[in-house]
Amino acid sequence: MTTINTEALLTEEIVVAKSKNRGRRRDPLSRGVKVKETRADRTFIIAAYLLLAVFLLVVVLPLLNIVASSLSSPQAVSSGRVLFWPVDITLRGYTEALGNPAIVSGFANSIFYTVVGTVISVFGTVAIAYPLSRTQLFGRKVITGGVVFTMLFSGGVIPMYLVVQSLGLLDTRWSMLLPNAIGVWQVIIAIVFFRNSIPDEVYEAAQLDGASELRILWTVVLPLAKPLLAVIALMYAIMQWNSYFDALLYLRSADLQPLQLVLRGLLVLNDIGGGGNVAEQLRRRELADLLKYSTVVIATVPMLIAYPFVAKYFTKGIMIGAVKG
Amino acid sequence: MTLSVEQDVHVEVPATNPRRLTLRAQLVRSLRRYWQLYLLLLLPVVWFMVFRYIPMANAIIAFKNYNPIDGVWGSPWVGFDNFANLFRNPVFPRLVGNTFLLAAYTLIASFPLPIILALALNEVRLRFFKRTVQLVTYAPYFISTVVVVSMTILLLSPRVGILGRTLSFFGAGQVDLLADADFFRHIYVATDIWTTTGYSAVIYLAALASVDTSLYEAAKVDGATRLQKIWNVDIPALMPTATIILILGVGNIMAIGFEKAFLLQNALNLSTSEIIPTYVYKTGILNANFSLGATIGLFNAVISLVLLLVVNGVSKRVTGNGLW
Repeated sequence: MTTINTEALLTEEIVVAKSKNRGRRRDPLSRGVKVKETRADRTFIIAAYLLLAVFLLVVVLPLLNIVASSLSSPQAVSSGRVLFWPVDITLRGYTEALGNPAIVSGFANSIFYTVVGTVISVFGTVAIAYPLSRTQLFGRKVITGGVVFTMLFSGGVIPMYLVVQSLGLLDTRWSMLLPNAIGVWQVIIAIVFFRNSIPDEVYEAAQLDGASELRILWTVVLPLAKPLLAVIALMYAIMQWNSYFDALLYLRSADLQPLQLVLRGLLVLNDIGGGGNVAEQLRRRELADLLKYSTVVIATVPMLIAYPFVAKYFTKGIMIGAVKG
Repeated sequence: MTLSVEQDVHVEVPATNPRRLTLRAQLVRSLRRYWQLYLLLLLPVVWFMVFRYIPMANAIIAFKNYNPIDGVWGSPWVGFDNFANLFRNPVFPRLVGNTFLLAAYTLIASFPLPIILALALNEVRLRFFKRTVQLVTYAPYFISTVVVVSMTILLLSPRVGILGRTLSFFGAGQVDLLADADFFRHIYVATDIWTTTGYSAVIYLAALASVDTSLYEAAKVDGATRLQKIWNVDIPALMPTATIILILGVGNIMAIGFEKAFLLQNALNLSTSEIIPTYVYKTGILNANFSLGATIGLFNAVISLVLLLVVNGVSKRVTGNGLW
């Protein structure tokens, strides 16, 4: 750890020297006057690097252990020999998981819910946020107020369950797609985005050209709003992929269950299924241990693959929500 | 983090007609002019009615003896009987206590860490390192609760888990922390911190990025050390954001997550892990006692709303920052 930090400090000088030319240095004074860093400052910066390194390790090590275990042999996992590097590397866990019908159908269901759910959610969010972003629209304050209020107060789980039940959505795929389709937070982000990034002149120009409101939205506003669409689509996709509560509440049939619910059966409830003689049971338990690790990886990987691509936009999205104005 | 999307001035009355139009006339004009936008609004507004406002109305079954045959509106009224039963239930004080303790512990423990992370990241100049830390610490936010809990169970497992094995290496024999009611809260909070710290730090980093650089210059001229700079420039710059996040946190204090508590729960740690949302699920859905479930849910929602209003009010008076 100490080597990382001295290295980091050494490289910092270089970065500072380089960024001087690029004009990216934050405190302009040091450009002309060379202010020597005091001993306290040096200790301080070392502490900052150390702290970050600890944060990094705390986040990374558990992940490494899980991934390494998923790639190890069943015996190595069961006897607890895996640390942060696979022991007797094998893809056995993954072939086993892909041969498990519940995991495969859960995976397929999750993909379905994520894709269809995200489309519905993004459509719904744009459909409500865009009109509400138009200041001239009569009644928009009332509607906005009504939307924001649902963030502060809700009926609760049981009243919601009754609605889903009375609509006949229980144990249908719709129950995963509709009840939480629109998020207030996403609506707010979208309103702020539309308001800030589309100047009024755009509307005037389009109207002079005789474009209808929907045409303006489709040909002018939405192409400008691609970063926004990316952000809210990712937010919804993650919510859907990770969604578990709705499935637990509304779904009964095994063939409709998303991966998260399958995973819970496998891991939390330890629902492996058994029988057979002692040797058979032991072998099964070893495989089950391994299977848990690989399923955890399978359930996580799609989102982690998507994340770096949209992370840039995503950060922007949080900031739209976070910073006033 | 603003909830008020309504800051701009409402410009409506045209120059040709200085008199204020009646609301009805305004609506008609707006409808004629923007009918396409209203059309667009129609479906989402219906959605909000059906999936957000009807449940609020359904919460009325907290005051009724709900039965599925008569439905929400046909079931007989019982006044505050459900509430009286709830408050008399010996489980109730423990439920409220568990919920409150868990939520308060989570709030207090996970509040300062993102700020510290953001401040440290802000000091670091090595861009590769900075970006790596950010990208990595941010990633757990994308991992689902089920996976986080699964990972926790695997890591803590006395037999195969790395933490479990470490513990049994140092301690006497095999320790199963998840089966220990005393450790439930610590495990819950630790996983929460692991999941959200990097994500929350992004918000503070945004606030730090918008600090006026002349303040840093001034601090430098005055010979401030890095620590003094953080204390006198960075921390004050973070205060408004921190206040808002704290208010939201307190407002959500009773709305603590069902998912993780439910998944981490087992028969052995139930004395600390049973919180209001998990109890609502068990009574309301599993035992089909809809009225009692709705009563507890409503109690919880009202407490949350009141807490939010109070904290927001206090914060506005003390710091001038509030949600609205």
